[in-house]
Amino acid sequence: MLDKVLLSDASLQEIDNELDKYPKDRRQSALLAALRIAQEEHNWLSDELIEYVAEVIGVPPVRAFEVATFYSMYDLKPVGRHKINVCTNISCMLRGCDQIVNYLQNKLGIGFGETTADGKFTLKEVECLAACAGAPMMQIGRDYYENLSPEKIDTILQALP
Amino acid sequence: MTTVTIEVDGKSLPAQAGEMLICVTDRNDIYIPRFCYHEKLSIAANCRMCLVEVENAPKPMPACATPVMDGMKVFTRSKYAQTAQQGTMEFLLINHPLDCPVCDQGGECPLQDQAMDYGSDDSRFLEKKRSLPSHDIGPLIATEMTRCIHCTRCVRFGEEVAGVVELGAPGRGEHMQIGTFLNRSIDSEVSGNMIDLCPVGALTSKPYRFAARSWELQNHPGISPHDCLGTNINIQTLRDQVERVLPIDNPEINQCWLADRDRYSYEAVNSEQRLTQPMIKDGRKWREVDWETAINHATAGITTVLNSGSGNDIGKGIGGLAAASSTLEEFYLLQKLIRNMGSDNVDHRLQQCDFRDDNIAPRFPASEIQIQHYNNLAAVLLVGSNIRKEQPLLALRLRDGCNKKGTKISAINPVDFDFNFDTVESDVAAGGQMVRSLATQAAHVAQIKSAELPFDIKKIADSNPGFEQTANNLVAAGENGLIIIGALAQQHTDASLLKAISQWICDTTGCKLAVLGCANSAAGWIAQCVPGDNGMNAGQMLGQNGSAGLRCFILLGTEPELDSIDGKSALATLNKAEFVVQISAFKSASVMKYADVLLPMAAFTESAGTYINCEGRIQNAKVAVTPKGEARPGWKILRVMGNFLELNGFEQITIDDVTEEINLTDITPSCRLVELQFHPTLSSGEKSTPDLMESDSLIRVVDMPMYRAEVTLRHARALQQTADNPPPAAGLNPATASRLQLNDGNRVKVQNQSGSATLELRTNDRLAENCVYVPAGFMETTDLGRHVRVTVKKIE
Amino acid sequence: MEIEFNTVRKAYNVCLPDSSRDQPWTLKSYQANGGYQALEKILREKTPASEIIEALKASNLRGRGGAGFPVGVKWSFMPRDADGQKYVICNSDEGEPGTCKDRDILRLNPHALIEGMTIGGYVMGATVGYNYMRGEFWQPYEVMERAMKEARQAGYLGHNLLDSGFDFNLYSHLGAGAYICGEETALLNSLEGLKGEPRFKPPFPATFGLYGKPTTINNTESFASVPAILRGNGKWMNSQWFKDLGVENSGGVKVFSVTGHVKLPGNYEIKMGTPFSELLKMAGGVWKGRKLKAVIPGGSSVPVMPAINIMKANMDYDSLQQNGSAVGAGSVIIMDETTDMVKVLERISCFYFEESCGQCTPCREGTGWLYRIIRRINNGHGTMADLDTLLDVANRIEGRTICALGDAAAWPVQSFLKHFGHEFEAKVMAMDGLYAASAGRAGAAANPANATADSA
Ligand SMILES: Cc1cc2nc3c(=O)[nH]c(=O)nc-3n(C[C@H](O)[C@H](O)[C@H](O)COP(=O)(O)O)c2cc1C
Ligand code: SF4
Ligand code: FES
Repeated sequence: MLDKVLLSDASLQEIDNELDKYPKDRRQSALLAALRIAQEEHNWLSDELIEYVAEVIGVPPVRAFEVATFYSMYDLKPVGRHKINVCTNISCMLRGCDQIVNYLQNKLGIGFGETTADGKFTLKEVECLAACAGAPMMQIGRDYYENLSPEKIDTILQALP
Repeated sequence: MTTVTIEVDGKSLPAQAGEMLICVTDRNDIYIPRFCYHEKLSIAANCRMCLVEVENAPKPMPACATPVMDGMKVFTRSKYAQTAQQGTMEFLLINHPLDCPVCDQGGECPLQDQAMDYGSDDSRFLEKKRSLPSHDIGPLIATEMTRCIHCTRCVRFGEEVAGVVELGAPGRGEHMQIGTFLNRSIDSEVSGNMIDLCPVGALTSKPYRFAARSWELQNHPGISPHDCLGTNINIQTLRDQVERVLPIDNPEINQCWLADRDRYSYEAVNSEQRLTQPMIKDGRKWREVDWETAINHATAGITTVLNSGSGNDIGKGIGGLAAASSTLEEFYLLQKLIRNMGSDNVDHRLQQCDFRDDNIAPRFPASEIQIQHYNNLAAVLLVGSNIRKEQPLLALRLRDGCNKKGTKISAINPVDFDFNFDTVESDVAAGGQMVRSLATQAAHVAQIKSAELPFDIKKIADSNPGFEQTANNLVAAGENGLIIIGALAQQHTDASLLKAISQWICDTTGCKLAVLGCANSAAGWIAQCVPGDNGMNAGQMLGQNGSAGLRCFILLGTEPELDSIDGKSALATLNKAEFVVQISAFKSASVMKYADVLLPMAAFTESAGTYINCEGRIQNAKVAVTPKGEARPGWKILRVMGNFLELNGFEQITIDDVTEEINLTDITPSCRLVELQFHPTLSSGEKSTPDLMESDSLIRVVDMPMYRAEVTLRHARALQQTADNPPPAAGLNPATASRLQLNDGNRVKVQNQSGSATLELRTNDRLAENCVYVPAGFMETTDLGRHVRVTVKKIE
Repeated sequence: MEIEFNTVRKAYNVCLPDSSRDQPWTLKSYQANGGYQALEKILREKTPASEIIEALKASNLRGRGGAGFPVGVKWSFMPRDADGQKYVICNSDEGEPGTCKDRDILRLNPHALIEGMTIGGYVMGATVGYNYMRGEFWQPYEVMERAMKEARQAGYLGHNLLDSGFDFNLYSHLGAGAYICGEETALLNSLEGLKGEPRFKPPFPATFGLYGKPTTINNTESFASVPAILRGNGKWMNSQWFKDLGVENSGGVKVFSVTGHVKLPGNYEIKMGTPFSELLKMAGGVWKGRKLKAVIPGGSSVPVMPAINIMKANMDYDSLQQNGSAVGAGSVIIMDETTDMVKVLERISCFYFEESCGQCTPCREGTGWLYRIIRRINNGHGTMADLDTLLDVANRIEGRTICALGDAAAWPVQSFLKHFGHEFEAKVMAMDGLYAASAGRAGAAANPANATADSA
């Protein structure tokens, strides 16, 4: 029973819009999107939130949990305001992502999977993001940043609120 | 379907085009190793153990997922096939603990066995082995997830067979881990089957854990006494002690499954509450005695009562009550004993309260459709049946039919039960409203079939149309349709009416009827353990707080204060009786208050006996273990009592001698009343419909929770700890609760004419409005007796 | 919206727009360059589906997602006239390391994809399509949403397209970070809201696909190629034109993502059969004036080729295969003479280990094993026996799994060991020497592997 409402009306509306894409009896198709929308509102997916989304979609909680733990873009722990995803896969590696990673880690004083003390940045290592021609690259939030250099990183991070 | 010919290891075999290779090889006893494949589950093809060589295929093919084609040539033991199988085995073992001696699965582990055939005794794996935490997922299943090989059989069982998604496989790749959401407990009533399905020691039986090694156990085929299916069980023993119960595959009854009730009830047999020594009450004190003293004491007490009667009244003051799970022979000897003493007061239907159709009843409650056809029905109407908890394995069949054949299932129940199959329509109606709902369906049927609706039904039927599809579905299904009268209907104050209306619908539509009696009730009827024309039924014997005037009771395996719907009256009656003989496997405080002699009886694993299931199938159980202590099989105790009472006809030497006396010819399962009779008045005030009532009184919905319904189950330790056995509480629909200004968790006093019960309130939106659900089977609720109309007040 | 498109180095205006086009992602720009002519003609003339299928077969267009299956043939498998819902699905999951072409098609030429999918729906009798984009593709998603809106307003999507009586609804579905969802049946499960676990085949999607309904899945580039092929360079349905751009068995032009150690990394839409050396030249040659050491020509899962082999090869299906590799997804990863091949393989193996869905035993257990051995070797704790084990484990995965990820994990290992085994041996020997030297000292482990199992 939905005795607690964990999502805003806007988020629930967004989930409804997603549901509209699929046949009526295939609500589970919107599960991935619903989890993303919930995460966007709350920064991360707590167990409680996953169960809530499962109820909204109408699937057993363990199904939603399976999905939340299978896909790498879901955060099952709190993350910083800006999630920096650095690609270290082969094309980026060949073009020096090691230096980029070192630079970021030193600059922010955190390792992969960690969040800065002020809660501003989380650093994550990710697999190839399909921007290999712009290697080395990273994604922050929804945006891609390519052809990185230490100087470019300084400018990018500075511009973030 | 086209038949094709394939060649396996040089042998030419016929097969159905498109069936999976492994089905063909299994049928022909050609062994192909496997872990994920199971004939009752969907194909996952993920373990890759069943790889074989198929001529012209570019790679090894999984036999479980390769459809056969004409002329296909398969090699299951070629070098190529074996290399593939060995490769998979190596992968399975690199992260699997190699400590079989301390694993509970050791000795019956497919992984261990197949490792012998396909594994290497040397490991090249130099990395650290993976290990995973194990969690407590309830009282029945122990987990050791490090041993899991990710075959997902358990997950598929839950989703496909049991119909509850509890286990899943969160995580990706190597991090995938079988488990429940937040390590919650597994609550399915058929969960134990996952233990059988798990091919390694990841899921094992918690009560059985480390009790024995499989090779030490002896197997004893048996019959589960707990419902009307007659499930085939294998009782496994070590040193004359029951250690475990497993299913015996019987495609016509239980297939390869067991309900948890069948699997774990054996724990009661070893419980500390077992009565192991005859006991008699001297004044107010109990003492243990030998059998002779006890039987002498018992017969002396009975004789005193007998002697005080005269002429036609001799014996009338005596009553006999048997548990519904008794064996055919026990039922038979009890009624013989009672009748030979000149009484006709014998019964086994403690949960029933409407006996108006006894004299037109069929020979025994039955299902007119065989168990194996429950998967193939077109339409089903459940009347007062929580089939999932009453006959869990029948519910699995309905689910299968619903998924595969599109069975259209409807229900008329006081609670919108959480079934494991879809219902097309479900009417939540309690009390008289339930009868009305069924009568309304009859009216629809009459209209569709242009049949004349008997006036008595018309009188009850609602003008409000109710369901729209159910009647159509039943008419369309014809003889492929079924109406099931469940326990809640049989316990109903208008049970006879529900049966009669259902029968009328069946007569009119051609549908079949099933009255699913509890436990071995069919045998009770067939053995005549029901009152004759001059006798009192269980309700009369125990009802009215002893005013029926019975002075002596012989109880066989029953504790009427908990087994009957009206526990209060039963207790009053028994306390008032002059002499009570209790023949039972268990002792309890309440019994010791009213009984005068306790005769220790063998439990179901300790006694031979005959069980007759709802399709009239006669099955014999043998002794698996010696009775505990001084306990003796019920039939022997009754026979000896007959001797001591100097009655005729108690000369049997073996149980077969008893069985032979019973007329078992022509047991055709029919549940039609000899002539259709309606009792159309929803007579007394307490039976009136909720909507007619003044606002502060409610209808009580009574139910026997699945693990409270018999004394054996009440002593099965692990079952008592499951979610299906919550402490008694008062259930209220949230709307009703808010009308009464009550909240979930409040302590409330439920009160009626006979007494009260103080309980915690649980709101439940599946419950009919203006009703309060209070379970029977608990001492805490016996005081409420049988009165249906109750009030609920908050205790500050 | 402004989109940089400096990653398109060469375009043929089939899938990638050239720099002469202003704001190529707009409907206006697309239409000005022949866009939607094909769809309009088909809808107006009710061109029989079979004719379009024949044209596609004749074009020699092969699937661009990796397996290279002829598109026309695949489309012909759909039970077009059968009752019930059917689906067309575009695979824009683009996860193969080294591949970045679909993202540019989505961002720069969304209408080509929309038109291609709509034609696909028409040909296969499907009224609903889904475009499955990887979850990270937020910008492409927004571009697509906008383009779909434009198309809907112009009557190219939605109900009763251009009054033809044909409906086609297209929706975007975002993934959430899982390479395996690029595998077509894992993609279907993901679309159904499940974990992205591949399904075993048979049944194939054409009979049992999304929601159990007949479904065809093609790559972004495959769909986006269709309108241009049917336009036939000015002559309607002149698919021969496309075929002739390429070579025998490899029709047309294809986008190659050239990445790694080159001067001008980027997407190159070039004729099939172009010699690799020419492509390398277009990309400005190996960077920093260095020598070429090796190339992975089709994304991380295809076998690596040493410089001498790739320099002999042309960029088409047959030639690459003859020279020991494959076109794959067309991701050409260039490695110069300084590249540490052990390190490269370690990274590749790590990827497949991370991305294995985990259902098949050989892949779940084997990818981790491979990765850990290679990591050990790279860290200097390998033994010669490890090299044998490595190859044997790879062989035991290959061909034994539900989907091709198992193969994709095995092939790099096999090919790296085959062509660059000496580098692995050198790493092992260097440490073996060290251990030999220290063997006399107390406490030194006899087997270096035991000493630091699972070091990292
Ligand atoms: C592990 C794996 C990953 C794949 N990833 C992609 C992908 O990202 N994009 C893609 O188009 N095809 C991918 N494929 C291929 C698809 O399964 C499928 O063959 C393809 O989408 C069909 O389209 P096409 O015929 O147009 O090439 C992948 C295959 C495998 C085995
Ligand atoms: S090969 Fe790997 S990724 Fe593919 S289905 Fe099997 S486990 Fe999953
Ligand atoms: S039994 Fe065939 S793959 Fe598991």
